[in-house]
Amino acid sequence: MKLFELTRADDPEQAIASGAKATTAQQGADIRFIAGGTNLVDFMKLNVETPKKLVDVNHLPFSKIEKLPDGGLKIGATVRNTDLAQDPTVRKDYAVLSEALLSGASVQLRNMATTAGNLLQRTRCMYFRDTAMPCNKREPGSGCAAITGVNRSLAILGTSEQCIATNPSDMNVALAALEATIHIRGTKGERTVPIGDFHLLPGNTPQRETVLEPGDLITHVTLPPPAPGSHSLYLKLRDRASFEFALASAAVVITADGGRMTRARVALGGVGTKPWRSPEAEAELTGQPATQAVFQKAADAALRDAKPQSQNGFKVELAKRCLVHALKLVTQTA
Amino acid sequence: MAEETKPPEKSQSGSEFGKTTRRKFISRLGMAGLLTSAGSAFAQPSPAELRPPKARDAAPPAEGAIPVSLRVNGKQYDLRIDPRTTLLDCLREHLHLTGSKKGCDHGQCGACTVHINGRRMNSCLCFAAMYQGDEITTIEGLGQPENLHPMQAAFVSHDAYQCGYCTSGQIMSAVALLTEQCGPEDAEVKECMSGNICRCGAYQNIVAAIQSVRENTSRQKAG
Repeated sequence: MKLFELTRADDPEQAIASGAKATTAQQGADIRFIAGGTNLVDFMKLNVETPKKLVDVNHLPFSKIEKLPDGGLKIGATVRNTDLAQDPTVRKDYAVLSEALLSGASVQLRNMATTAGNLLQRTRCMYFRDTAMPCNKREPGSGCAAITGVNRSLAILGTSEQCIATNPSDMNVALAALEATIHIRGTKGERTVPIGDFHLLPGNTPQRETVLEPGDLITHVTLPPPAPGSHSLYLKLRDRASFEFALASAAVVITADGGRMTRARVALGGVGTKPWRSPEAEAELTGQPATQAVFQKAADAALRDAKPQSQNGFKVELAKRCLVHALKLVTQTA
Repeated sequence: MAEETKPPEKSQSGSEFGKTTRRKFISRLGMAGLLTSAGSAFAQPSPAELRPPKARDAAPPAEGAIPVSLRVNGKQYDLRIDPRTTLLDCLREHLHLTGSKKGCDHGQCGACTVHINGRRMNSCLCFAAMYQGDEITTIEGLGQPENLHPMQAAFVSHDAYQCGYCTSGQIMSAVALLTEQCGPEDAEVKECMSGNICRCGAYQNIVAAIQSVRENTSRQKAG
């Protein structure tokens, strides 16, 4: 691991000022904020991340979950995954978020990992983790070893000729279905970004994963009030029963009235280069009866643009079945 | 093997355990080897070099070392360490608390599990300097050979280990689990323990040990 200077920010402005001196807030950043460290320390040990300076943001006042006057929820950037998953309001009104969090990692990691950190979780693509291999995300222009290599676990939606790395987060998929908003404070003040715009498609710049600029500090995430009468669910399919990343997952938020779905929000995980909201599936569901045939049409629509690689063709059918089953389960409880 | 729940044989575990540890034994073996092989060609090691590592000071602080104060098992330690030092390496190499083990060093195996302010965490993914002012508990702070924590005793009586390398991490997780939200079923215990890998595959007995402690605790509460 490369030597770094460790500093601690005691107020947000101090953190922003420190972060603003970075050359980039993306891959290869020379200054990094650190909270739980579960992802960053791992990558520092692999020399994939080599920051010269770490700014400890654990002591900033962002560790609370608060109900908003409009009925929504404000989740602080340093709220630990365990606390978010077990929050009574989250469990009751945003079950999909609690389920997604509890399906990820282990208790030890969830006790450390934070909301903002999880938003920025890096891909598990093995070529990104291995500095001996080409990887356009880690070293722009070096090529993608995954496209011609081991790509069983990688993405089939939102890929490019440059990168097929999957966004590994479960939490992000739930936040996409819940239409969360990311609140950022930077050198030019505060701004908000809808979760759908926060992560970027790889395109020709896979090293750029989010809209964050140097000095940008995620302060909190807000959720809109739960849709009246809605039910939500997270279904994750993987190689092991626990402590494993998704091959395919589905986050669904459905409002049904007399067997007809009046509102639908759908996002997929494990298959996209970013948390994959599917307006195509939502359009197929809205106004339709909650039947297997409708679910299947929605799943077909969600995966219509899928581009499988040499080893992950099975994910197309797996993701469809995952979504169909999630919709079946969530409308049974509705 | 039938899952009997015999209590540990106290006469044995109390008296022998702890006098000669495997660590001391192996380090003595190493010193003996050094003497035999290097005897003629090199000067004899000085008595200071012959002392087991436990008694030696850690390597002198590297360039860029920073002052770090840690509270571990109720004791305060003031150190100068490289900022890259993980909590796990700090515990093992600087404080000589070698109960916490290094398995994968990437947060995947759980052998390094410790409690920080009562919560279990992977100490291999913590930079030690970020945990100043926190209450850190390792397996050494849980119980001693003559006064085992109920979970340690349950692991012994249920034969919940084979090679023992993952055991301290398993026990730290198991003790934390007692105060966490975990359902009553074996399947729920397995889910809560999935961050601790046992390559010997002692899982069945680990779950039995945990369930026995949970049953005793709830019986005591009811009584």
